[in-house]
Amino acid sequence: MTQIPEDHVLEPTTLTASAGAGDDSGSAVEGGLLEVRGVRRAFGAVVALDDVNLTIRDNEFFALLGPSGCGKTTLLRAIAGFEVIDSGEILLGGEDLHSSPPERRPVNLMFQSYALFPHMTVAKNIAYGLERERRPRAEVAERVATVMAAMQISELAKRRPSQLSGGQQQRVALARAIVKRPRLLLLDEPLSALDRQVRLEMRVELKRLQHEFGITFVMVTHDQEEALSMADRVAVMAAGRVQQLDTPVGLYRNPANLFVAGFVGASNLLVGVVRANTFDSEHFGSLPLPSNPKGVARGHLVLRPEDVRIVAPGEGHVQAVVSDVQFHGAATTVLATSSVPGAPMLVAMVTGLAQVTPGDRVGLHWDTGLVVEDALA
Amino acid sequence: MRPTPLVFKVITVAAFIFLYLPIITLIVMSFNGGRNPYVMEGVSLQWYRELVTDGELIAALEQTLIVATVSSLIAVVVGTALAVGLARTTRSRSLEIVSVVPAVIPDVVQGIGLAAMFTLLAVPLGLTTVIAGHTVFATAFVVSAVRARLATSDPSLEEASRDLGAGTFTTYLRITTPIMAPAIVAGGLLAFTLSLDEYVIASFTSGSTSATLPILVYSRVRFNLTPEINALGTLLIVVSLVALVIGARWIGRRGKVSA
Repeated sequence: MTQIPEDHVLEPTTLTASAGAGDDSGSAVEGGLLEVRGVRRAFGAVVALDDVNLTIRDNEFFALLGPSGCGKTTLLRAIAGFEVIDSGEILLGGEDLHSSPPERRPVNLMFQSYALFPHMTVAKNIAYGLERERRPRAEVAERVATVMAAMQISELAKRRPSQLSGGQQQRVALARAIVKRPRLLLLDEPLSALDRQVRLEMRVELKRLQHEFGITFVMVTHDQEEALSMADRVAVMAAGRVQQLDTPVGLYRNPANLFVAGFVGASNLLVGVVRANTFDSEHFGSLPLPSNPKGVARGHLVLRPEDVRIVAPGEGHVQAVVSDVQFHGAATTVLATSSVPGAPMLVAMVTGLAQVTPGDRVGLHWDTGLVVEDALA
Repeated sequence: MRPTPLVFKVITVAAFIFLYLPIITLIVMSFNGGRNPYVMEGVSLQWYRELVTDGELIAALEQTLIVATVSSLIAVVVGTALAVGLARTTRSRSLEIVSVVPAVIPDVVQGIGLAAMFTLLAVPLGLTTVIAGHTVFATAFVVSAVRARLATSDPSLEEASRDLGAGTFTTYLRITTPIMAPAIVAGGLLAFTLSLDEYVIASFTSGSTSATLPILVYSRVRFNLTPEINALGTLLIVVSLVALVIGARWIGRRGKVSA
């Protein structure tokens, strides 16, 4: 299990300041809504989940982030009840879910394919879950109407799923799960099937709904940008294990290992060994050791592009030649190559316009950086 | 798009004529005024009148309808269950093939096999044995139709149903069955129409008292051919077309929603 660093070792940048570390009112002290303890699941020789431990708090937007095959979907399906676990336990509100079949769990899953029933209208799809609870007709009708109004899909009530756009289908799938008022709403890659524009809208929409309905959301995604921009806390998974569980800012500023540093956000990753007061880079020689709170002996120095400054040639920690300048509007990315054979290209991000052009000799300077272990958790 | 070249239009029309000329001939000849089924001698409805008073023929028609209805109904139940069972319990491709082989085994082989089996088991040949014989190939058609449907439908649908609070039985009733319905109907209709004109297997498995319509028609053709057979054929075409149109419209309506 990974450590959640309590203090931020690095100086908070503008990025840290705006997001704020204390977005959860309480702290880890209060008990979680969902406890995953020592969960293991293997498919033959392939271990999908390997001693997974995590706590999801009431009312938070939680993301399981990782590349495909990292076990995040298996974990989601295990929580929903569609996957049996070999060992460990999953507790919801202190109650072991082990012996409850999916239909008895106060948990709903929004499927990646949405899984709308093709032979039913939108209204019938949404009512399906409430009808299974044998609610009175009037209540079903009222709750369906309410949720459709909140999702702005009232006018679609009589349509069939095949007559809806991707974005509309997703709203219906979400409404169908939310109307049950689950204690936990699981979302399997909720935005992956949408166009870029709709996807950006739905990011905002999902956060709004989570606040409005006060339901705990657990989202599975492989898109780090999506996880960072939407979730209160993120568990980064790889090789069936949680690599780090932290707030988006915590993940970005304090990656637990090389995998997290590389997966979350862009980074310059310099391989090397830690000496007394320096970091001996394989390619760039002796560099100042910015911070090494975990006492890592060898690994990678993580430099975020926005922490790398362009200075006059001869100054700074590394000398390089500008190979490309990419203008993004609010910021400009500068790619610089050093003369050292085999050295990685270095990336600096500058606010606004960069005062350099390809071919310029520059020095690169930084004040903040972090040394991380290469090994996975 | 460019206009279709004339040559393709001609080929298309020629193909349709080739396919439908025999049927058109049959329909025209059914209104024949004379006795010769191959020469048109004036127009009349006399063969339709003969048809409804032909006791032997009506009896055979009755047998055929019983065989087709019962065998396709049994096939629908058994075939659907088999298809669902196969989809749920195995990914074995060979089992799937085994389940549809009876549809492609030559009828003569199937007929001999059935006749030999019934003789060995000392089952007297009659209507029941014809029904059993037809059920064998009918089931295979239903299995292949339903399996194809299950293979293309989203497997998360059933999970979604359970996730929303439905048990396995409710899920089967409310989700799985409606999704399979178009395939069940299509398989059933196909089985029904194949059974209607099935001759070979019926001839091996029917007793002397259980002649189906195709068997009777075949014996009449050899000994006592009149345009009455054309009138009968015309009526059968009308019945098949009506079944086809109803079935296609229903499947079209159901199928559309699952696109």
